[in-house]
Amino acid sequence: MTRAEFFPMFLEFIFVIIGLQFFYTAYRVSRDPSKEKKLTTIVFWMILGVLFALGKVIPSEISGILVVLIAIISLVDGIKIKGSKEVSEKIQIASSKRLGLKVFLPVIIMAVLAIAIAKIIPESSSSVLGLTAIIAVVFAMVLTKSSFKDMLDSSDRMVQQVGAVAILPQLLAALGAIFAAAGVGDVIAKIIGGIIPTVNPWTGAIAYVLGMVIFTMIMGNAFAAFTVITAGIGVPFVIAQGADPAIAAALAMTSGYCGTLLTPMAGNFNLLPVALLEMKDKNKVIKEQALLSILLIVVHILLMRFWAF
Amino acid sequence: MVSGLSVSEFLSILGDSFVSQRIVTIFIITLPVIGLSEEHGLKQVAENIVKKRENLSSGALLSVYLAFRELAGFLSMRIYGLVQFVRPIIFPMTQASAEKKKGKLSEKEVESLKARGAAMENFGNFFAQNTFVGAAGVLMMVGTMAELGYNVTNIELSQYSIPIALITLVLGIIKNIIDDKKIKGGK
Repeated sequence: MTRAEFFPMFLEFIFVIIGLQFFYTAYRVSRDPSKEKKLTTIVFWMILGVLFALGKVIPSEISGILVVLIAIISLVDGIKIKGSKEVSEKIQIASSKRLGLKVFLPVIIMAVLAIAIAKIIPESSSSVLGLTAIIAVVFAMVLTKSSFKDMLDSSDRMVQQVGAVAILPQLLAALGAIFAAAGVGDVIAKIIGGIIPTVNPWTGAIAYVLGMVIFTMIMGNAFAAFTVITAGIGVPFVIAQGADPAIAAALAMTSGYCGTLLTPMAGNFNLLPVALLEMKDKNKVIKEQALLSILLIVVHILLMRFWAF
Repeated sequence: MVSGLSVSEFLSILGDSFVSQRIVTIFIITLPVIGLSEEHGLKQVAENIVKKRENLSSGALLSVYLAFRELAGFLSMRIYGLVQFVRPIIFPMTQASAEKKKGKLSEKEVESLKARGAAMENFGNFFAQNTFVGAAGVLMMVGTMAELGYNVTNIELSQYSIPIALITLVLGIIKNIIDDKKIKGGK
């Protein structure tokens, strides 16, 4: 078997493991005695398990129906954290004293090894995180003297904690395909094409960066903006003009983050601190961030113009 | 329905692209590692590192926190920085440090220290998170770019996110130095 054949199969194997993680969470939820939102929560995790473990073999229309179902369940807020294990502060403190800095080793191994392996074997880059996560989890189990069951329960605790938000990026990416099929990108491209005087690297860079900033400020979420603005502005006015797609994309996403730090729509980041720190001025955090965010927007435009092109 | 698509077309495009975009959610497999580390004191050890820097000025403390927050992003440590660090540790430390130098702070100065802490948390969190190969934003870009017909890898994207992370660190440190001067000057 060649590398080009092996790694897609390995990636599919990783998706099966992730599917099993979702099934285990569905099982933990089913064992919880409280009835509130139990059925919808179980169905949600079961469907995700099916889509991940068996996605490749079920017909795409059926997958489509399942995706609509989980979208509806999360829209009606039908998912609740149930039956996941409690974290013991006593163990945390005792282990932190015993392990010290060594407690960082598993996450360091996971992140650094992934980069190293992907450098050596480029074909592995999309699935490498799965491999290093498995290596790191075995290491973490040995280090923390945890059993297989402890590890499964940790998986469930974390899966339930990230919850429905976890699949939002994937849903948005899938939505991007719908937008593309429906021609939304073309519509935006036409509008922007009418606004900018001539298409050149300068106008392209400015339109892409500002498009990300403004759309993120309106939607409060850079991921959603990325799908729309990359199809509508990034591809026709930047990438098709000769810019490197990976550099342009990476810069576009962080341009969006500049928008996040300037908008009250991103309540989690700009309004929550006001409440949590008991501040008087509701907009103080945004004001504090404004100057640096605007500077970063300028930096993004320059990098988009001179580095991506 | 979306213009020009039948219901069955819509469903099969949605199902197809959701399945082909599973890569976006691959970070689920990293959760047991992070969960086990958390349950065994990851955050407690991190807190101790930050607490050791007690004798620094407010701005220097905030700069240390910014660097720490960026490093945590690179290592994919999930931190609720505001709840775990800014409110209980960073804000009290910066306040104590400013009061040591200047005496009692005005209400406006206290408010400003709170905002500075929150801002450092946000800058560190946002502009460094994409340097991790499994970050949600990075994987989402891989998926979206593939749908648009461009093959880019998460490794490339995370490396191309490093310059912005470093520039943010430098600009943040400069901001902290300037803000420190303002506290002293506003006497």
